[in-house]
Amino acid sequence: MKDLIGIKELSRAQIEEILNTAKAFKEVLQRDIKKVPTLRGKTAINLFFEPSTRTRTSFELAEKRLSLDVLNFSVPTSAVVKGETLYDTLKTIEAYNVDYIVIRHSSSGAAKFIADHTEASVINAGDGINEHPTQALLDAFSILEIKGRIDGLKIAIVGDILHSRVARSNYYLLSKFDTEIRFVGPPTFLPSHPPENVKVYYRLRDGIKDADVIIMLRIQLERQKSGFIPSLKEYYHFWGLKKEDLSFVRDDAILMHPGPMNRGVEVSTEVVNDPRAIILKQVTNGIATRMAVIYLLRRS
Amino acid sequence: MIIKIYNAYMIDPFTAKEGKVDLTIEEGIIREVKFKERRTAPSLKSQILQIDAEGLYLFPGFIDMHAHLREPGYEYKETIHTATLAAVKGGFTTVCCMANTNPVNDNPEVTYYILAKAKDEGSCEVLPVGAITKGLKGEELSEMALLKEAGCVAFSDDGMPVMNSLVMKRALQYAKAINAPIISHCEDINLTEEGVMNEGKLSFYLGLKGIPAASEEIMVMRDIILCKYYRSPIHIAHVSLKSSLEIIKRAKQEGIMVTAETCPHYFTLTEKAIGNYDTSAKVNPPLRNEEDKEAIKIGLKEGVIDVIATDHAPHHEDEKNVPFEEAANGISGLETAVSLSLNLYHEGVLTLRQLVEKFTLNPARILNINRQGIKEGAEADLILVDVNKDWIVDKNKFASKGKNTPFHGWKLKGKVLMTIRGKNIFDMREE
Amino acid sequence: MEKELLNEQEIERILTRITSEILEKNKGAENICLVGIVTGGVYLAQRIAKKIKETEGIEVPVGVLDISFYRDDVSLSNKPRDIKPTNIPFSIDKKRIVLVDDVLFTGRSVRAAMDALMDFGRPEQIQLAVLIDRGHRELPITANYTGKYIPTAKTEKIKVYLKEINGKDSVVLMSQ
Repeated sequence: MKDLIGIKELSRAQIEEILNTAKAFKEVLQRDIKKVPTLRGKTAINLFFEPSTRTRTSFELAEKRLSLDVLNFSVPTSAVVKGETLYDTLKTIEAYNVDYIVIRHSSSGAAKFIADHTEASVINAGDGINEHPTQALLDAFSILEIKGRIDGLKIAIVGDILHSRVARSNYYLLSKFDTEIRFVGPPTFLPSHPPENVKVYYRLRDGIKDADVIIMLRIQLERQKSGFIPSLKEYYHFWGLKKEDLSFVRDDAILMHPGPMNRGVEVSTEVVNDPRAIILKQVTNGIATRMAVIYLLRRS
Repeated sequence: MIIKIYNAYMIDPFTAKEGKVDLTIEEGIIREVKFKERRTAPSLKSQILQIDAEGLYLFPGFIDMHAHLREPGYEYKETIHTATLAAVKGGFTTVCCMANTNPVNDNPEVTYYILAKAKDEGSCEVLPVGAITKGLKGEELSEMALLKEAGCVAFSDDGMPVMNSLVMKRALQYAKAINAPIISHCEDINLTEEGVMNEGKLSFYLGLKGIPAASEEIMVMRDIILCKYYRSPIHIAHVSLKSSLEIIKRAKQEGIMVTAETCPHYFTLTEKAIGNYDTSAKVNPPLRNEEDKEAIKIGLKEGVIDVIATDHAPHHEDEKNVPFEEAANGISGLETAVSLSLNLYHEGVLTLRQLVEKFTLNPARILNINRQGIKEGAEADLILVDVNKDWIVDKNKFASKGKNTPFHGWKLKGKVLMTIRGKNIFDMREE
Repeated sequence: MEKELLNEQEIERILTRITSEILEKNKGAENICLVGIVTGGVYLAQRIAKKIKETEGIEVPVGVLDISFYRDDVSLSNKPRDIKPTNIPFSIDKKRIVLVDDVLFTGRSVRAAMDALMDFGRPEQIQLAVLIDRGHRELPITANYTGKYIPTAKTEKIKVYLKEINGKDSVVLMSQ
């Protein structure tokens, strides 16, 4: 495989191979020397058209621990709009002779566009509202690590499903396993034509009841301004996961969040501190998972 | 120069005549239309162009009610010169050009400019469509009467809907007085939001923001209500939905003066053509579902849809070679529209007569333009078509500057072989 | 064409001999750790450990080393094989490490294994035990304990079957 554009293009076997490889990298990360020489002499570029310190840092660390040479190329979108097209930017970067391009872009389909126009291996670090495949893989890795399986689980995804690439990638991944997937949130945040294999809930407590995994999504604060929700306060009241809701969460459930969190919008501090929350574990697992993805996308 | 066409099967909705003919054109004027029973062997006089059209059809030149010629202002996408060449290659001898040029065709100067350019550099007749509102802003009416006087045949803010119902009402009232139809681009831009494709399961799957069907439907309904109250004709542009058709059908049954058009891509493609973010299939209104596609065919058959127009929307390569969301809307349609429409004949959806009407008689009536048809004494304005000729679409051979087509590489059946308008002859038999 | 080079009994005898050679060279089992290279080497290391336990009564620690991330000869077009997490649950500092592998060929796996081991600490010594040495070395590497030296052609393949994986013990030479 040359690129990782989305989960929707992956087979279950490919996903399992990535997760299995990530396990080996997780061991590497627990050593004193957390670096392996695998990709020495090769170069990766992190091409970020949207600011994202977390994802970029995670990728950068993953790349460095594989002994890649790393370039960071952050492009404020406004500068791009003014002149250079994405195609021009890509061709410039190609002239550096890079082996891996990690791309984050505000347009759905941008990663595919890049992959179609380059020989380098392209990894999608988030394209518009389409996909954020490494996030879904690290979520799956975290679930697997704690639950030992993905099949047979009930997973509730709570929040702005409509605009969330994390939700989409998670949905595609979980759909390839035998899972019950629930979308929970206000109707304006849910797709008007949800896929058949999804159960839709407007009430938080109905949606999280009996769930083995609860994934809370980050609410983009500008959504309130564009009228999707009347206020963040109201959202928190009805769909934020709070202390009072914790008694409705299974004892052995796990609580996840892709970060960065808005405390007091989608989660409360008590939830973050709850032993069932594995938010920081997700961060560690993110590096191992991204190492696995990069490793497996070796070029032929 | 004398042209003789032998043995063609003529279908002319204007004169309501049909049959096998020999035709003589002299200096651009039709001198003789001779109906006959038998095949005639061409005589061998060398000073005349003789065409043995045995097995071919002769139709009046087609009229495209809806095209974007891009001039003035966007000559890098298309010019009147290249667009009209594309038009005659595609079988059109008349093209209506939408007002979203730069500057917008909202004042007579722009109309004069377009007409002068068309006269100097054009290969066919160009009929400008004036803007309904100044700058297509949907706020103040443009000088519609002056525009009509300058040569505009219809009014439209195509590309942008007239969102304000009061403005639309006034435009309809005005249009009635000056006897020029309003061509309405039906879209509620608030509902469209940032949508880039049809809203549905596929838009969720591709992670692209969806345009709900309601966005088109609501405005079709609104325009028909206004049309009914103010008894002023309205023409609904590029109908893409089954539900819009149902509204139009009901209105027609009530006797409301509404007419409608669709474009070949809406009865040929569905949203699936987007595939993996193929920007050549990005168009507004967006490609819809199988159900809509089939309904459009039925609408054409039943006459709910009066006209097939191209919505020819050429773009520069750089405007399509970008991520899907950022790509420009539109398909370069002039050179494929007739062949794609002939497929409706091959599928048995339309008779040839019906098909020809949707490209000739119906648009002429809606636009109130005079067409004599193929008869003695009239200016030659006709096309010669081989409805069975197989050919492969090659965008690189387009006369249009716009190579943005989702039909590149498609094998189509039926081709325009010759277009004659007055003394101009465009011969595509060798292509 | 397949030819059996070693059968179950012969493999058993070889491992007994290697075990005694290890014990002889190191003057007992004190300070020794075994590290098996994934996959075959791991089971061989475990068997040697068992034999040491039987003769010396000492349990030597056994580590699992996956060298995938250290290889320089992974065919880039090939799909990487299943990677097993490395598991060395003991400190290797100042220890005598006996690396165990099934087949010694170019020497590149051993080179990778040594690089990997160095990332875990600073052993006093690294020794190498292999079941088969088939020649064709590309690096200056020799085994301290060799089960059997088998001259081969480069195009031939050596296949090691072990009970733990394949249900039988056997070494087979395959030639096209």
